[in-house]
Amino acid sequence: MLLAGGAVLIMLVLTVFRNHSLTLVLTVLTLAFSLAALPVSSSTPSKQVTSLLVFDSYSLFFMALIFGSALAVCVLSFGYMRDRRNIKEEFYILILLASLGCAGIVASSHFISFFLSLEILSVSLYVLIAYPRSEPNHIEAGIKYLIPAATSVAFLLLGAAFIYAYSGTMSFSGIAFSSTNVSIAHNLFLLVGLVMVVIGIGFKLGIVPFHLWTPDVYQGAPAPVTGFIATASKGAVFALLLRYWTTINVYDCKPVFTALVAIAIVTMLFGNLLALLQSNVKRILAYSSIAHIGYLLTALLAGGKWAVVAITLYLLTYFITTLGAFGVITVLSGKQTDIEMLDDYRGLSSRHPYLAGIFTGFLFSLAGIPLTAGFIGKFYIFSANVDGRLWLLLIVLIVSSVIGLFYYLKIVVALYKPVDEQQAIQGAAPSMSFAGGIVLGLLTVFLLWAGVYPSPFINLVKIMVSGLN
Amino acid sequence: MILVLLLIIPLLGGLLAWAVSQRSNRLCRCFSLIALFADLAVLVILSVQYASNRNEQWFAFVKWSWIPQLGVSFELGADGLSLLFLWLTVILGIFAVVSSINEIQERIGFFHFNLMLILVGIMGVFTALDLFLFYFFWELMLVPMYFLISIWGHENRVYASIKFFIFTQAGGLFMLLSIIALYFIHGRVTGVYTFDYNELLSTAGASAVSIWLMLGFFIAFAVKLPAVPLHTWLADAHTEAPTAGSVILAGLLLKTGAYGLLRFVLPLFPSPAQQIAPVAMVLGVIGILYGAILAFAQKDAKRLVAYTSISHLGFVLLGVFAGNLLSLQGAVIIILAHGLSTGGLFILVGILQERLHTRDMNQMGGLWASVPRMGGVSLFLALASLGLPGLGNFVGEFLVLAGTWRVSPILTSIAAIGFILSAIYSLWFIQKVFHGPPVVSIVEPQRARQIADLGIREMAVMCLIMAGLIWLGLYPQPILNSAKPTLNAIQSKYVPVAEQTAGGEGSRTDVAH
Repeated sequence: MLLAGGAVLIMLVLTVFRNHSLTLVLTVLTLAFSLAALPVSSSTPSKQVTSLLVFDSYSLFFMALIFGSALAVCVLSFGYMRDRRNIKEEFYILILLASLGCAGIVASSHFISFFLSLEILSVSLYVLIAYPRSEPNHIEAGIKYLIPAATSVAFLLLGAAFIYAYSGTMSFSGIAFSSTNVSIAHNLFLLVGLVMVVIGIGFKLGIVPFHLWTPDVYQGAPAPVTGFIATASKGAVFALLLRYWTTINVYDCKPVFTALVAIAIVTMLFGNLLALLQSNVKRILAYSSIAHIGYLLTALLAGGKWAVVAITLYLLTYFITTLGAFGVITVLSGKQTDIEMLDDYRGLSSRHPYLAGIFTGFLFSLAGIPLTAGFIGKFYIFSANVDGRLWLLLIVLIVSSVIGLFYYLKIVVALYKPVDEQQAIQGAAPSMSFAGGIVLGLLTVFLLWAGVYPSPFINLVKIMVSGLN
Repeated sequence: MILVLLLIIPLLGGLLAWAVSQRSNRLCRCFSLIALFADLAVLVILSVQYASNRNEQWFAFVKWSWIPQLGVSFELGADGLSLLFLWLTVILGIFAVVSSINEIQERIGFFHFNLMLILVGIMGVFTALDLFLFYFFWELMLVPMYFLISIWGHENRVYASIKFFIFTQAGGLFMLLSIIALYFIHGRVTGVYTFDYNELLSTAGASAVSIWLMLGFFIAFAVKLPAVPLHTWLADAHTEAPTAGSVILAGLLLKTGAYGLLRFVLPLFPSPAQQIAPVAMVLGVIGILYGAILAFAQKDAKRLVAYTSISHLGFVLLGVFAGNLLSLQGAVIIILAHGLSTGGLFILVGILQERLHTRDMNQMGGLWASVPRMGGVSLFLALASLGLPGLGNFVGEFLVLAGTWRVSPILTSIAAIGFILSAIYSLWFIQKVFHGPPVVSIVEPQRARQIADLGIREMAVMCLIMAGLIWLGLYPQPILNSAKPTLNAIQSKYVPVAEQTAGGEGSRTDVAH
């Protein structure tokens, strides 16, 4: 069972050799090996490993997603790292560590394992964000991630302490068990604890009042790392939230529920409205990711059997899409700095028609246009909300989707604008590697496959989450 | 199966055209044309099929499993009504390709691919019988249209294309919401979760929230149509689009809204539709007058034509919600005739712009002397547009008014003013451009004499359009017959409010025959 995590650790030892390509190959092998181990372990029934970790099909599914995205990030960043004058090898080790952290979060069933995994993830992310030390804005971003992350952990710990004071246990199922018959509103310890935990998780996810770090970090971090933060780290936390959401009975407690609805609404609107004002593609995508988390929250609040499938499927499509979008940015970024201003993307379609086409596809997927994976995800989110009859949230969802469309189109318009001579010279030299091209191609295939014929994906998700309820 | 063929041929044609565009522009255009003519052949086969079994509800039908977990299937079906719309689509598609030959010189392959994709989307909308699939096609025609405007459009194209996309997408999302809600309601009532149109027909109208569901559909279709408060995207999109784009927008995209009303809103939600019928009809009448008045105020020739569309489609809205056989038949005839006449006008204005490099009517004038053929054709199309008896638009608008009279004489009388206004703006257009002193010579002295008249290719297109309009005007019976079974079915479910109070006059069917 622990093979997945173990393999990562074993191979980590091997990656001390100082050779860029070799490191990459080893990293890829590790991840591929861990990925291959997952189906094997899923053939056995789900199992509780000590009281800290649980391995069932649900956590294995998310581990597969995380390892897959780590794989994509590593391969994509090969070209990116090759062209820079940094120390390259540690990058991959850190990615491995971070994905180990993510996997741990997904599988954790106890506050202790949750903290440990979260810390593994956060520490490796600090370093990853500030990785290209030569540039001040990366360092700045690293610090901007460090402080909120540390704060959020403090909140989490305090919240856990409150909950412990009430229930006398730190394991999630134990907490759930002891609070089943109690109304949350009537128990101050539990309520305060829960609120604190929600705040902590809210920081991690970038939900609106706690979102301030997101755009700066997205902008400041190297593009492949941003892709990783947007997918694996946020996805893992959300997966954990979803797993234990069902055990907490929020619906009884009207004020808490209302507050969460308000947060979801504000998150969707804020994310999309602020994205309108940006002219930096990475910032736009940062705000759009805030909005996407808002969409996910609506489905979470809707509850019901649709919600779990909807969220898992949405996360799957969101992973594909976001990795693709940041992959394109990674591939396009030249030797010195990331290509991130909207103007840099002007006329991309005449310079790199294929990349522009792929990028368009990913953007449309983020906007939820049919033929792409994003549409199926959004369709399920809609369905979950209709099933839960949250009409207010649905209306906001529609309005903010339409606002969102505007800035996605802004990027698309830039892609297809005619080029100036001057810019054509400036924006040259993409750090394309063959392997990176293959990854992008694969992501595009998934994008269209899930958009046109989603049946297999839906089946997979349904099987994987079946153990949850 | 044959319906799938209908959709696949243009898709393949578009892909091939894109693939060969690096080598030869000519070949690229050839491929799209070949694909469309092949589609035309398929349509002929379909029509023959239709003639031989008129009694079935869907004479051509396909159903494949697509996403079984959701109860979504790939389900296409055609009846007499869809058949008419399909004919219009393919014919206007050919005109669009032909009219782009001179105008589009950049990225020809991608242009043709987009064009074909739009046509596939539109034909999909006209045949889809699964609501999920319908939405899929509905959005499919949006994205390539957006590209068409934003890449090959005129000066203000980015603004126009974004406005177009956002308006239609917002409407579409409300429809999606309704579709999903309908899906759940049906599932809860019957236990069968499905998006199948034929099955949903039974439950849709019965639900307590059906008025809201209906409104979701109505908003999407009203944006497309466009009904008045939601019309502002239209003038920009039509004006800035390249000629082929304008032809397809006016001739086909707007018609998907009308088709949606006929196929979904009225049959699925007969009683809620009755509740909003008075509002919808008033909106239709406002559209007729408002569009006509705005058209008169334009100095941009293309904008003028765009606003006339609002006016004409107002008649369609009026006719659809009046809801008796006469007015429904009238709406269908207007849809076809407007597709031809406005398509023709857009092609003409496109030709004018290409030769004069302006769309400003103040800079035109006295062109008749130098381009008599163009003048003649324009006059013909303008007359068709103002509803001259003997041409298609007249038949349609007359039938709508005749049908509406039974429901609301007051609205009919006001709508009839539209006839006068359309005469004003149509003749004003001719007057400005072709008569009067030749103003063009002031701008560019030698220009006026050098303008080429319509070539053979352009003349051929125009002749076909004119022939079609005359046919619609003089002998519309085959078309009326083709649409009649479907319209009868719609009408029998939907009996307008006013007629119910007037003692069931609606049962007096079919005066036209």
